[in-house]
Amino acid sequence: MHETSAQPAVHHHSPPQGFINKYVFSLDHKVIGLQYYGLALAAVFIGMILSWLMRLHLGWANLAIPGLSHLSANGAPGGLMTPEYYLSLMTMHGTIMVFFVLTNAPFAGFGNYFLPIQVGAEDMAFPRFNMMSFWTTFAAFLVLMAAFFVHDGPPLSGWTTYAPLSSVGAAAGPGEAMGQNLWAVSIALFCVGQLLGSLNFIATTLDLRTKGMTLARMPLSTWAWFITACIGLLAFADLLPACILLILDRTAGTSFFTPGGLVVSDTMQPHSGGSPLLWQHLFWFFGHPEVYIAIVPGFGIISHILPTFTRKPLLGGMRVMIGCMIAIGFLSYMVWGHHMFVSGMNPFSAILFSVPTLIITIPATVATLMWLGSIYGANLRMTTAALFCLGFISVFISGGISGFFLAQPAIDTYLHATYFVVAHFHFVMAVAAIFGIFAGTYFWMPKMIGRMMNETLGKLHFWLTFIGVYCIFMPMHYLGLAGNVRRYSSFTDDYLVRLIPVHQFITIAALLTGAAQLIFLYNLVHTRWWGPLAPDNPWEATTLEWSTTSPPPFDNFGGRHLVVHQGPYEYSVEGASSDYIMQTESQPVIKS
Amino acid sequence: MGKFFAILLVIITLVSVYPIVMHTWWMPPDVSAHGPAVDHQMEETMIGSGILFVISQLVLAGFIWVFGNRKGKIKDWPGGHRPVVAFGVILVGLEILSLTFVGSKVWAAMYLAAPDPHALHVDVQAEQFAFFFRYAGPDGKFGGIHPDKINDGNGNYFGLDPENDVAARDDIVVGTLTIPVNTPIFLTMHSKDMIHNFYVPELRIQQDIVPGLDIPLHFTATQTGKWEIVCTQLCGLGHYSMKAYLQVMTQPEYDDWLKQQSGD
Amino acid sequence: MATTIYTHAEPAAARLRIVAAPKAIPAQTGVWVAVSAIAMSFAALTSALVVRQASGTDWQHFVVPRILYLDTLILIASSYTLELSRKRFAAEAAGPERATLRSSGLYWLYMTQTLGLLFVAGQFLAWRSLAAQGLFLATSPSSSFFYLLTAMHGLHLLGGVLGLLYVGFRLRRRARNAQTSLGTAAVYWHFVDLLWVYLLLVIAIRM
Repeated sequence: MHETSAQPAVHHHSPPQGFINKYVFSLDHKVIGLQYYGLALAAVFIGMILSWLMRLHLGWANLAIPGLSHLSANGAPGGLMTPEYYLSLMTMHGTIMVFFVLTNAPFAGFGNYFLPIQVGAEDMAFPRFNMMSFWTTFAAFLVLMAAFFVHDGPPLSGWTTYAPLSSVGAAAGPGEAMGQNLWAVSIALFCVGQLLGSLNFIATTLDLRTKGMTLARMPLSTWAWFITACIGLLAFADLLPACILLILDRTAGTSFFTPGGLVVSDTMQPHSGGSPLLWQHLFWFFGHPEVYIAIVPGFGIISHILPTFTRKPLLGGMRVMIGCMIAIGFLSYMVWGHHMFVSGMNPFSAILFSVPTLIITIPATVATLMWLGSIYGANLRMTTAALFCLGFISVFISGGISGFFLAQPAIDTYLHATYFVVAHFHFVMAVAAIFGIFAGTYFWMPKMIGRMMNETLGKLHFWLTFIGVYCIFMPMHYLGLAGNVRRYSSFTDDYLVRLIPVHQFITIAALLTGAAQLIFLYNLVHTRWWGPLAPDNPWEATTLEWSTTSPPPFDNFGGRHLVVHQGPYEYSVEGASSDYIMQTESQPVIKS
Repeated sequence: MGKFFAILLVIITLVSVYPIVMHTWWMPPDVSAHGPAVDHQMEETMIGSGILFVISQLVLAGFIWVFGNRKGKIKDWPGGHRPVVAFGVILVGLEILSLTFVGSKVWAAMYLAAPDPHALHVDVQAEQFAFFFRYAGPDGKFGGIHPDKINDGNGNYFGLDPENDVAARDDIVVGTLTIPVNTPIFLTMHSKDMIHNFYVPELRIQQDIVPGLDIPLHFTATQTGKWEIVCTQLCGLGHYSMKAYLQVMTQPEYDDWLKQQSGD
Repeated sequence: MATTIYTHAEPAAARLRIVAAPKAIPAQTGVWVAVSAIAMSFAALTSALVVRQASGTDWQHFVVPRILYLDTLILIASSYTLELSRKRFAAEAAGPERATLRSSGLYWLYMTQTLGLLFVAGQFLAWRSLAAQGLFLATSPSSSFFYLLTAMHGLHLLGGVLGLLYVGFRLRRRARNAQTSLGTAAVYWHFVDLLWVYLLLVIAIRM
């Protein structure tokens, strides 16, 4: 029995009419969440194709790639990738993946869809801002994609866009003309979209929780989205002015980042006095929290899904995991200099930055131990979503361990800018965060589109991907230890030539793993049109999203105002007749 | 399926660790004075994290083996979460303390210590896409750098002004960093255009070279030989091929070489 | 018979429970969130200014245009008129003399908007004064930051003016919660005012 409360609805908007209002400029957070997810899906496939092109070139530098000359006649004449085009593809790969995939899907995608439902609200606090946030992000994506088609091609300064390569303008050569400008405008727009999103997440979490939904009863995924929104608020507020300063240096002749006396392409550049290190500080002050923005929702999603399939709450309950996420969020603002140990900044700062960097491993370790300890004594239901949760734990351990090395300046002096770094961040971002997205997809897709995904295909997708990512990224550690420098378009140095077979192995693994993702894509499409209809609560889970239909009605709960009586993970409660108690359950029945 | 997953994890763990243990692809032998300290730090970290890696993956595998698809009575971790949290904090905390304490000393010796007052001073110019090295010549003084005078076509990579600058007249500019063994070397590094980096894996040292700044770096090579200096900071399309050679000679060989250069 | 049982986390959760407070309108939370983000971006610009001043030798000091001091007074006055407007509307809701209170509330609101626009006009005059000294956007890092900071602030202020226009529109229509909206807009407005005072200090000290 659900009691209704006298809670006044903050805003009632009537069901939208017409195709445009329902599916395009929708105010409904569920539609917006799916739009973000769809954008991320398109972005990840583009980003993945870029990575295949890069890997092909790294393994076989003299290979003419059929069709590539159609994408860029300058960049790949006759299909042979030029070094500058490699760097352009690499820049776009990083930018697309970090911004449009890893910030979009786990946070804006799932968060938009499920945060209001999990707190029992009808919609986000500011539906119009929410809609604007998606369309701003979409516009940012289009602006970025335009960089592929301008004459000088996409920028080639990496997603990190270090000055002065990025700030002197067209004099720096191919890629650094209009392409870099488009990058800066795109990312500035992206910042605005994210700020509007964070605004919604924070206000909704604080103000729109339904009766009985105390902060302590919010699911861990909601906590993660809330904490991520707080991190993002300050991070994107720092990146936006940085992009503006970069645009001014490039177009208005200012010298924020560009020092004097630069001779580029045999021409003295008209700038003076600027500091390239200033760009790095501004960028990494955003950039480091950004990578936690990419992973904390994954923490939340895994922590949310795991109890459903272990049939017991997380070890440590809510408090430890929330504490870990808050600690990580807080510490994330103190470590940015660890990207700059050998940058030319005062070497003493390196020691200062390495301390919080190492300390941040503590909450990460504790979180991992809590997940591990939660499996002990459990009745593990090995669904696809559960497999991705378990896989997440494994790959997060692998990625986190390499962080131990890079956090120490004395070791970073050898490993900086080698493939060891590439291995580290791909494991934690490209693998762990993506596994979080996959887990969320297999878990929540029945709720979002009302149909069950195919478990056999899902499991096949998992096994191939899990093996594949280890084949791709584990060898990169060895390459880094051998001193293999990153961001090289090909390997001509004496000491690197013998490592090329390792690169070829990685390339083949990458292509095969990429192909395995087609199984996921097929599963999505097949489910959408022909999947078996999903019940309200297929996983026998407890939180509010499972107290409504699959998919939910436009106002989430069909006019009901749910009242919450239980915590979010009441599984296997001693003496209860069922092995789960839903959050709305006021009178759990116990065996007499 | 739990059993399959567990076995897979064990295989992945063992296969991952094998090349590390066997040093299949490893750091080249170190040839610098501070190298052993860096390598020691690397080894300590490798052992510590290696153990953590193996144990945690095997524990995960073991748990999945036992509890995958299980239908028994739900058990909690004995003792609850407190001992686990305490264990994590203490274990990682201790590891962090020891690594930081020792590691900062290694770092300080390389980057915070002042260079030897008798160090051989070499000036470095990094540019798209090459390194050039300058020696002070018989007068022991470096000429000033004038960016407006830089002319790669004439080989004036440093922007020297020999007509007006006496000290610049005998400066020796070469494309290979030639140094004597067991001698402290002090580099001051400049960039004419983008951020570059000076990296010699065998020396266990690297440093970004930032335009607009004069970047110091010092080391001592302990063996003779020839190794590559590579750029590790993305500087443009030629980044992948931007390199020079480091040639370490015995003192007599170096003296001969220097005499030859001055003679030109 | 069903009895109450303790679930896993309830005792702990009970300790963590936040005492139910009167529900805030999300816009009130939202404006503080927005204010934090804007403050952060100006903090980033300030640190960029400090670093840039130290990194080069080309920081050209200049005379701060006097109009800026007048502008500051105008903006502070506008915060005062906004508070007058709020008081009138609050009194209108509470008691008698509704019509006069209402119209004087609107009067002070329009006054605030006008002062805001006057402020922006003053900024343009300050820019002209700088240009007359030969200082343009790219001339020196100090002038770069001057133009940038004042432009960014001015844009946020104009956003505030638009917000006040919207709130005024709702107040005239007697829309629900319009008065609380006025309070929310006032938080933003006072923040932009304080931000200006801060920027003026930065300009006066550093430029």
